[in-house]
Amino acid sequence: MMSSNTASSSAAVAGSADSAAPRRNSKKPKYSRFTQQELPACKPILTPRWVISAFLLVSVVFIPIGVASLFASRDVVEIVDRYDNDCIPDNTTDKVNYIQTPGDKSCNRSITVPKRMKQPIYVYYQLDNFYQNHRRYVKSRSDAQLRDNSSASDTSSCKPEDTYNGKIIVPCGLIAWSLFNDTYSFSRNSSQLNVNKKDISWKSDREHKFGSDVYPSNFQSNDTVIGGASLNSSIPLSQQEDLIVWMRTAALPTFRKLYGRIEVDLEPNDVISVTLQNNYNTYSFNGKKKLVLSTTSWLGGKNDFLGIAYLTVGGLCFFLALVFTLVYLVKPRRLGDPSYLSWNRNPGGH
Amino acid sequence: MPEGSRQRMRINFRKLYSFICFRPIYEPGHAQIGQKGYSRVVYCNDPDHLEAVKLNYRGNYVSTTKYSAANFIPKSLFEQFRRVANIYFLVVACVSFSPLAPYSSLSILAPLIVVIGATMAKEGVEDWRRRKQDIEANNRKVKVYGCNNTFCETNWKKVRVGDIVKVCKDEYFPADLVLLSSSHEGGVCYVETMNLDGETNLKLKHALDVTSHLHDEKFFEEFRAVIKCEDPNEKLYSFIGTLSYDGKEYPLSIQQLLLRGSKLKNTEYVFGCAIFTGHDTKVMQNATHPPSKRSKIEKKMDKIIYLLFSTLVLIAFVGSLFFGIETKKDFSDGKLRRWYLRPDDTTVFYDPKRPSLSAFFHFLTALMLYGYLIPISLYISIEIVKVLQSIFINQDQHMYDEETDKPARARTSNLNEELGQVDIILSDKTGTLTCNSMEFVKCSIAGTAYGRGMTEVERAVTRRRGDAVPESVDGVQGLEGDAVDSGKSVRGFNFRDERIMNGQWVKRCDSKIIQKFFQVLAICHTAIPEENEQSGEIMYEAESPDEAAFLIAAKEIGFKCKRVTQTSISLCELDTENGKMEDRDYERLQVLEFNTSRKRMSVIVRNKEKKLLLLSKGADSVMFGRLSKDGRSFESQTKDHIKKYAEAGLRIMVIAYRELDEEEYKSWEKEFSKAKTSVTAERDELAEKVADKIERNLTLLGATAVEDKLQKGVPECIDTLAQAGIGLWVLTGDKMETAINIGYACSLLREDMKQIVITLDSPDIAASENQGDREAKASLESIRKQIGEGMSQINSTKESDIMYGLIIDGKSLEFSLKKDIDKSFFELATKCNTVICCRSSPKQKALVTRLVKRETGNTTLAIGDGANDVGMLQEADIGVGISGVEGMQAVMASDFAIAQFRFLERLLLVHGHWCYRRIAMMICYFFYKNIAFGFTLFWFEAHASFSGQPAYNDWYMSFYNVFFTSLPVIALGVFDQDVSAPLCVKYPFLYLEGVENILFSWPRILGWMFNGFLTSIIIFSLTTKSMIKQAFRRDGQVVDYEVLGVTMYTCVVWAVNCQMAISINYFTWIHHFFIWGSIAFWYKFLVIYGYLPPEMSTTAYRAFVEECAPSVLYWLVTLLVVICTLLPYFSFRAFQTRFYPMYHDRIQRKQYEGLEAENSDELPRQVRKKRHLRKTLMQRNS
Repeated sequence: MMSSNTASSSAAVAGSADSAAPRRNSKKPKYSRFTQQELPACKPILTPRWVISAFLLVSVVFIPIGVASLFASRDVVEIVDRYDNDCIPDNTTDKVNYIQTPGDKSCNRSITVPKRMKQPIYVYYQLDNFYQNHRRYVKSRSDAQLRDNSSASDTSSCKPEDTYNGKIIVPCGLIAWSLFNDTYSFSRNSSQLNVNKKDISWKSDREHKFGSDVYPSNFQSNDTVIGGASLNSSIPLSQQEDLIVWMRTAALPTFRKLYGRIEVDLEPNDVISVTLQNNYNTYSFNGKKKLVLSTTSWLGGKNDFLGIAYLTVGGLCFFLALVFTLVYLVKPRRLGDPSYLSWNRNPGGH
Repeated sequence: MPEGSRQRMRINFRKLYSFICFRPIYEPGHAQIGQKGYSRVVYCNDPDHLEAVKLNYRGNYVSTTKYSAANFIPKSLFEQFRRVANIYFLVVACVSFSPLAPYSSLSILAPLIVVIGATMAKEGVEDWRRRKQDIEANNRKVKVYGCNNTFCETNWKKVRVGDIVKVCKDEYFPADLVLLSSSHEGGVCYVETMNLDGETNLKLKHALDVTSHLHDEKFFEEFRAVIKCEDPNEKLYSFIGTLSYDGKEYPLSIQQLLLRGSKLKNTEYVFGCAIFTGHDTKVMQNATHPPSKRSKIEKKMDKIIYLLFSTLVLIAFVGSLFFGIETKKDFSDGKLRRWYLRPDDTTVFYDPKRPSLSAFFHFLTALMLYGYLIPISLYISIEIVKVLQSIFINQDQHMYDEETDKPARARTSNLNEELGQVDIILSDKTGTLTCNSMEFVKCSIAGTAYGRGMTEVERAVTRRRGDAVPESVDGVQGLEGDAVDSGKSVRGFNFRDERIMNGQWVKRCDSKIIQKFFQVLAICHTAIPEENEQSGEIMYEAESPDEAAFLIAAKEIGFKCKRVTQTSISLCELDTENGKMEDRDYERLQVLEFNTSRKRMSVIVRNKEKKLLLLSKGADSVMFGRLSKDGRSFESQTKDHIKKYAEAGLRIMVIAYRELDEEEYKSWEKEFSKAKTSVTAERDELAEKVADKIERNLTLLGATAVEDKLQKGVPECIDTLAQAGIGLWVLTGDKMETAINIGYACSLLREDMKQIVITLDSPDIAASENQGDREAKASLESIRKQIGEGMSQINSTKESDIMYGLIIDGKSLEFSLKKDIDKSFFELATKCNTVICCRSSPKQKALVTRLVKRETGNTTLAIGDGANDVGMLQEADIGVGISGVEGMQAVMASDFAIAQFRFLERLLLVHGHWCYRRIAMMICYFFYKNIAFGFTLFWFEAHASFSGQPAYNDWYMSFYNVFFTSLPVIALGVFDQDVSAPLCVKYPFLYLEGVENILFSWPRILGWMFNGFLTSIIIFSLTTKSMIKQAFRRDGQVVDYEVLGVTMYTCVVWAVNCQMAISINYFTWIHHFFIWGSIAFWYKFLVIYGYLPPEMSTTAYRAFVEECAPSVLYWLVTLLVVICTLLPYFSFRAFQTRFYPMYHDRIQRKQYEGLEAENSDELPRQVRKKRHLRKTLMQRNS
């Protein structure tokens, strides 16, 4: 009895092991939704409803944005005054020579304010056809030198404006060397309008990229080749905001750079007289120089393009939604209609 | 089983295998021993012999790895840089250290290192796996004679040339051995060569007489011999050598060679001398790397890369042209134009005095800068995707076979997408369409037909006729009926007839004939019965499955073949006199073996009553001619039955016998043994002739019908594949009738199809054949005529609905493949819906495959299971091996291995379609995203006087391909599904997208490229137009180089990722994660990178946090640009799905709207297929 009992139990054990064995050793792939490629998924299909609502959604979002942007842009008052030609004496034949010859090149301009301009009014200079994004130009600077007095000799990237007579130029490189040097002063009704030139650069630039212990030295000391503005060598670079602004190279050959802020409101028909020093040479490459006074809105300066683009796209989408709706209404198609299957379209097609 | 083995030992094999002569003979090759190519000298049992040491043959260490630890780095690097794109990137990386580089060298090097490193890691892991297998093989144990004059276990790798090795039952041979002796008397042994040639039957090897006595360990103390033989080569079926022993020389042949890779079976142990070790073994010499296959898509992709390279060169050239002009203008007549660039004091790269040189250098710079047009991560991404796709194939539960416990295996991941473009399947028959398991289903004895079972073919025919399949009566449940009768169902036996089963045959009036019939089945064979110790059941080890089926049938009826000894066969059968089962011995005198020319087999036995009997079975074509005048009493009925059986797709054997008288036998035997022992070359022919003399005047008993079982689901699968527009060619070694039958069974041929048969089996040809050399001409002419007739037949019918089936036999095929007619043959063949080539040899199979591939230019898939299919599998674009019972050879040569033919449906329609779609989409998208990005750089250049200044920070750019855009595209490549798997199968026409290559056609590729181009224009123009000049924030700050870069880049990242989102059909959380994650990662990267110290982040320092993020304009521009870039594609797709929906659009929408499928008539699809093929052929010919 005992023995048969153990035998049967051992047999049972063996049996269960047997039945488990093939399962354990089976090469059957284990089920998971991942490996069987059955993950839950949404399967977007371009159904008419979907297409039309997508188009409508875009137009519903875009048209208001377009309108708002357009309003914002219209709110901005912008005065642009091109002066590069007018500030050259009429009888000058060689403009380049004129601009390169030292001397007083002051020039008076008067600007009429068309609309009320609320402060702050930003003063920009705009250059055209000036390739600040040229590779040689962009690379010609030494960030280490600008930031840290101890790396003053790090001028390898600055050639040919790295040293003068063996002395290191700080700040070195073509960008700094070609610093814009026209100056503007404004007056209204013969009272001086102050231009605030503080904080016209990015804070991070002032604090981290331009050192407060770095002072200009040997800058613009080369007389043979004339560059741009010179710098006051007693002010550290971190406070030379014109330089900091200039050193932020522009993206495209037409660009504006911030000159300063006028922090009083200007009334309509105010006549602003500008006294400017026309020093910067844009004549040799046919560049334009413009003085820009502009207010800002929540969107920035004056540019209708964005609003128009939004309105166009929104309108286009609305139009497309309309077209598709019409198509579906006029020519509804039963899906799965066999006549649309290509082999039925031309049954005897050969 | 000591009992069994001893019994087998007593068999005199020499007698049994009467046509095989083991007598060693000198072949012409033996004269060459010692000369070039035959210089190997082996000192048996003396590997330390001075001369042997001098010869210094390679050891038995085997390494199949591609790399070693030492050469991994250089070799795999070399492999990597064989790709054009990678070389380009390497050159760029090298040049990036020069001042020519538009960006920092590290930023170009990093992605290259990531990409190359990942690929190399993949190679390394693969190689490591191979290495582990090698280690396992090298450290297997084998007994080698040596230490202390005994056999002791040694690792395989330590076996040396000349070592005496003892291999035990079921062990693999560690090297190529010369068989010295075995546990069997006479030094024979059985060998299974499945790993070498895929054949499952056992092969007999035979030691030389002089060494066969060495069957004990103690003999080897004294044994010394020298073997001289051929040098290592790859010929598995030939071996030439001599053994010098005791001062005499004995010839060695392949009969004495035990090959590495084969296995010892049914023999307790053997002793052998290692002669080829390690890489010198024949199996290793054979291990050539299979031809590496590349998919069509990848080949096309190369072309696209070249196209992009040309674009790159072109725009770089245009750029440098403008640059040269601009630079030249900078300094003229001593005047500086752009004075701020100091053109008077400059380097050669910007020198206005040498503008052409500067332009040339700029050209190099531009080549680097616009390198983003070439997707650096494309190759690695595709590889990752393909590996993951193969994992999905391997893991698919729907392609797992319970019976054999085998899942599908993608042995190479190169061809996944090719699976979605298969045009023609070339299939083997036996083992692929059929199971290669024979079932005895019917027989005709004495003019009466027995057997009520219904074959698959009959069922298919009834089904097609529209009749209800009487399954409950005779069909599947017939099997269960059997089970009731005999207690359980028997493998290989599906015969059911109450008239003769369970001993009922005795009651039949012609019981004598029935008895003789089954006696023949039980005696006339070369199988060996093997008794299962536990169950006591007898299994038969037969050379062919047919034979086993006969024996089983005989056993089930009551004629059990119990024992086979050297001279006798004993049956357990019914004594008709007393009605008891008893053992009866038959003295087996002669066996006249089966071979393909004889097509019959006979044995001569003496029964208990001392009567001499010749029992014979054979093909109907040869047997009916050998009947005696009196033996034809029921010839016509039998012939009728045979015809019916043949129609039902059964294999037929005719059974006959003859009583011999003593004297006739004696005189014949003398003649026969003389013929057998003759040493002339015509020995076999002579013996055949003599045998022929006695196999005459037979008396017909009846015929057997064996069903070659179709694999499960084959007809349905073939039907679906046909709907998918895939043509199926069957290449089989069977004869025409069988092939046609199988064709009907698996719905390759239908009643309503017209058959075009091309054959040389006609009287005129036979007549001309007899006239010798005129044969070729006449046959050729005949083939040409038949092809011409077939063509005119097809052309004359106007209706496209009629389908054609072409059936051609091997001989005709040989002529048809000849140069001048192969064109017209293929023209005919491609117009037919089905092509069946019967009686084709393995070489012909490969040839047909190659020609189909070449002539039609379509993608071919070959599927087969045996060693004879290897050529075909390697020749085809895709080789699919059936990992069934027939060994591993086909699987080893295949690209994909599946367990059952029916899995092909899922492999092609589901995985193939998906993979094709995914890879095609992925590549298109890759080019899209890189063109979109690369061209923004170009537009910026155009506004920077082509000076080579990139629009973005270096690291933004180098991360573009690696981080911001690569993961979503991989997710697309791995997971995207246009429609779900069941729908892929339900609507097979979806597969046409791949066959017609719609998703990777040039219009589509160029369309995507154009879309990328458009995107770049939209991004650049909209961002610059809306941001440049005016202040972009309330505080009056203007956009500079940094802000524009960030904005444009943001737009690019958004645009390409959203483009991906709207082109995806299948959105899982993984897609969401990758797509939105990539965009989010860009912002995260921007923040983190911006917080790094300015010397590292340079222009990105606080660019996002301080400058862009607070600007409303920045966000509004992003929104505008992204929507604008998506609009063209979205509108196009909306338009397309409405007016010109693609196949998957239709299915998706049908599914979406829940409409019932229209009554799907498959016919048009096949017509379409035909039309398509015709079109391609016409293009080719014109």
